[in-house]
Amino acid sequence: MYSFDVENPETVADAVAALGQDEAQALGGGQTLIPTLKQRLAAPSVLVSLSGIAEIKGVSADGGAVVIGGGTTHGTVANEAGAYGALAALAGNIGDPAVRNRGTIGGSLANNDPSACYPAAALGSGATISTNTRSIAADDYFQGMFETALDEGEIITSVSFPIPEAANYQKFEQPASRFALVGVFVAKYADGVRVAVTGASEEGVFRWSEAEAALSSNFSAEALNGLSVSADGMISDLHGSGAYRAHLIGVLTKRAVAAAS
Amino acid sequence: MPKDHGIGASPKRREDVRFLTGAGNYTDDINVQGQAYVHFLRSDVAHGKINNIDTAAAAAMPGVVRIFTGADFEGVGGIPCGWQVTDKHGEPMKEPAHPVLAQGKARHVGDPIAAVVADSLEEARNAAEAIELDIEELPAVVDMKAALEGGATKVHDDLDDNLCYDWQFGSPADETDAVFANAAHVTTLELINNRLVANPMEPRVAVGDYSRANDESKLYTTSQNPHVIRLLMGAFVLGIPEHKLTVIAPDVGGGFGTKIFHYAEEAFCTFAAKACNRPVKWTSTRSEAFMSDAHGRDHVSKIELALDADNNFIGLRTDTYANMGAYLSTFASSVPTWLHGTLMAGNYKTPNVTVNVKAVFTNTVPVDAYRGAGRPEATYQLERVIDKAAREVGVDPIALRRQNFITQFPYATPVAVEYDTGDYEATMAKMEELMDLPGFAARRAASEANGKLRGFGVNCFIEACGIAPSNLVGQLGARAGLYDAATVRVNATGSISVMVGAHSHGQGHETVFPQVVAEMLGIDESMVDIVHGDTSKIPFGMGTYGSRSLAVCGSAMVRATEKIINKAKKIAAHLLEASEGDIELKDGQFSIAGTDKSVAWGDVTLAAYVPHNYPLEDIEPGLEETAFYDPANFTYPAGAYACEVEVDPDTGKVTVEKFVSADDFGNVVNPMIVEGQVHGGIAQGIGQALLENCAYDENGQLLSASYMDYAMPRADDLPHMENYTVDHSCQTPCTHNPLGVKGCGEAGAIGSPPTIVNAVIDALQSGGHNVEHIDMPVSPSRVWEAMQG
Repeated sequence: MYSFDVENPETVADAVAALGQDEAQALGGGQTLIPTLKQRLAAPSVLVSLSGIAEIKGVSADGGAVVIGGGTTHGTVANEAGAYGALAALAGNIGDPAVRNRGTIGGSLANNDPSACYPAAALGSGATISTNTRSIAADDYFQGMFETALDEGEIITSVSFPIPEAANYQKFEQPASRFALVGVFVAKYADGVRVAVTGASEEGVFRWSEAEAALSSNFSAEALNGLSVSADGMISDLHGSGAYRAHLIGVLTKRAVAAAS
Repeated sequence: MPKDHGIGASPKRREDVRFLTGAGNYTDDINVQGQAYVHFLRSDVAHGKINNIDTAAAAAMPGVVRIFTGADFEGVGGIPCGWQVTDKHGEPMKEPAHPVLAQGKARHVGDPIAAVVADSLEEARNAAEAIELDIEELPAVVDMKAALEGGATKVHDDLDDNLCYDWQFGSPADETDAVFANAAHVTTLELINNRLVANPMEPRVAVGDYSRANDESKLYTTSQNPHVIRLLMGAFVLGIPEHKLTVIAPDVGGGFGTKIFHYAEEAFCTFAAKACNRPVKWTSTRSEAFMSDAHGRDHVSKIELALDADNNFIGLRTDTYANMGAYLSTFASSVPTWLHGTLMAGNYKTPNVTVNVKAVFTNTVPVDAYRGAGRPEATYQLERVIDKAAREVGVDPIALRRQNFITQFPYATPVAVEYDTGDYEATMAKMEELMDLPGFAARRAASEANGKLRGFGVNCFIEACGIAPSNLVGQLGARAGLYDAATVRVNATGSISVMVGAHSHGQGHETVFPQVVAEMLGIDESMVDIVHGDTSKIPFGMGTYGSRSLAVCGSAMVRATEKIINKAKKIAAHLLEASEGDIELKDGQFSIAGTDKSVAWGDVTLAAYVPHNYPLEDIEPGLEETAFYDPANFTYPAGAYACEVEVDPDTGKVTVEKFVSADDFGNVVNPMIVEGQVHGGIAQGIGQALLENCAYDENGQLLSASYMDYAMPRADDLPHMENYTVDHSCQTPCTHNPLGVKGCGEAGAIGSPPTIVNAVIDALQSGGHNVEHIDMPVSPSRVWEAMQG
């Protein structure tokens, strides 16, 4: 890596101020950023660590929603988000214990890796992403691979997940990275079912609206019979063709529905 | 009851205390006073003409000691190849220059073009970014068959084409062709043995040091064979005589073959240390390892098996393209030929076997030996085509193998080697017993009830280990002897240091070798240590690869210990005032046969070094003996492996549900370590079969350049322990080495890949999918694609 300075603010306000410096970069758990720095693919002059900010950490259940601070690690979510079991299970299956001990939900959502798990949970739950300046609906937040609605210097302070009647996340792992080759998050709410797919599309996480419509009228795996996703626009790489990924979306959505609780 | 010490016992590995408590001393732990650091500027194109390298700005950067380019190595030798293959026309293989730093052209992604030596690694990297490299990208050749087409871009401009050699071996081709013409059935299979990256846990490291006072060079390096490196680098690259060059390979964190070879970075650090008059250190990053460690396998083959009307194998014909990469790595040329063609008969009495191999240069990382080296490639082809033949002629795959087994030993194959011992029926029967074959139908039904397809796969293998008789390999093109050596140094109080040419980098020599010496002398194992890895301390041995350490170096150690015993008996006879012929050694006591008069081991050793009462007129004082051992033949471990897999038809994912290996390693010194070796080998074989894939795109860019895309096997990719049995109870001792051992290091990696693929095909066939073959790695997407037809 190149040399850089590190700042450790203790409040969101101080972090926002620090991020106003030239070439400043926020550092969450560092699970993507640190490897990027090691490869000299980024050269920030200042890293502003968010891990010392108490006000953006923790899990609470409030008015039918689970609210998770942006600086909360996957390990903490896995242990403490029991009010939303599918979400806790998803967090508990990200990476390995070392990753879960450092990586944060805010870091994951801000990066919006097209194969990450959390974007599927946020979009599939219709979550609300709150920052130091505003609240953004998940439907407006994800804007393509590694693209989000966040502005420069904006910090995710919390994410609010409405608790569904039933939900499940199915991840089919890419054999090397064990990121999602395809991951499908299904959540059933009183006003309908949401189905969010990660890992598959060149546009990043997306909602499978046909499946949502079918499942909203009949929440069973059979309701998905005959539905399929087009391979157009699906990622095609060493680990699977677009057609294979499109096929997996159908398989995993059925499994998620069958396993939803 | 199992033995608790000596040969056949399983003491815990003594080296693990330091490895598991962080007290190991690896090459990267070595820091020499005043050392500088080198960073290599590597090609990011697969093939490029270097028009200019402007280092002026970079040389002025802070901390830079010196920047080297190919021009600095024009008067220096290139990296040599240790084995000259003669092609089918009697011509020597093409052997292009392999400069330490690229000269004129870069030939693969990762080819080192310049090297910056600086006070710190940070400064070296900074300066490397300031080098102005004018490189003109040229078309790259990646696919081997395309590389051999007329008009293909040449990797080496001074060669006629990209063919290294066209080799033919075994039965005369016309005779084999005639057998095929009259066969009742011919089964043909085309397959790829996937390219692999060895990925030892410890990346390669080199520290060069130079003493101006004595004109002595020293290289610390991550090597399996320090004397081989000293020989190759000293004699062929840098021109340093042996007495002025020490090579030290301290603790080494895994090799798997890829640390056999002499690499440019080793020569560079040794050269630069003298040129800069400063120690120079290089530590490979994992990214560099992917593009500079020699890769493994990468064969594209067509194999044909001819059967008569009674299903006897009557002929075998293979055509293989073997990727050499851009340059010839140290033993690259021998892998597809002498380590592959000679094993093509397998465990079967096929009378006609003809092997064809074309070795091809491409714009990829050099390919060389990787755990098994040639033998997995042979086994994979043979055992896959036998499985296909069994299906085509409607015979049980176990029965077809059994019918064609070699049963008489010694057995001379049509491919030049003579198997000394073996009992393939015994290992097959042991495998059958451990697999619980009668229970398979119920297990398959249970899987099917669960929506899964269950398949059974069997595989037999044989390998040639204990490499190798020097006179034989010399005739075959080896440019080195392949003996090994040991010095047994008995100290005055009876403790022993054994200096061995073999190098331990995971094999457990530090535990096993003392078990042998202690058994021979009847003393406690704790009195024996081995010394290895330092050319200034050990005799000239050839190192560790090809499952040779115990069979070859262990035999040298036995011979040296026998010399010790002979001399010690003379001393004991003097002390006991008896005739030497009457002296017996048992449990560390020398006694006069038939009497209760004895002297202890320690009394004899003390007398040797404090020779006050000693036959000085007859024998020298001291107790130290050296032996060199050159094996009379290869050893031939063999076995029968089987597994059951489940295939998820919805996703194509394969899981290994049950795995059994029944090996014949001859005698076994430490069963626990043997089992560990087999477990490790099978894990690597399952990795190759299901996960690992080193892939290039058509431009020669490495697609699997990190662990994000290169899938390594992990614990949860293997069967649970209760469904995973490694057995070595079938033992036909090697007839030509004193321990009767055959070698166990590579068996698991050789025997497991075809087992897995055979089982996957069986599973798919059981589900009505007419799939004859899937190339490794048999990844979920490949299985699913195959099921789509």
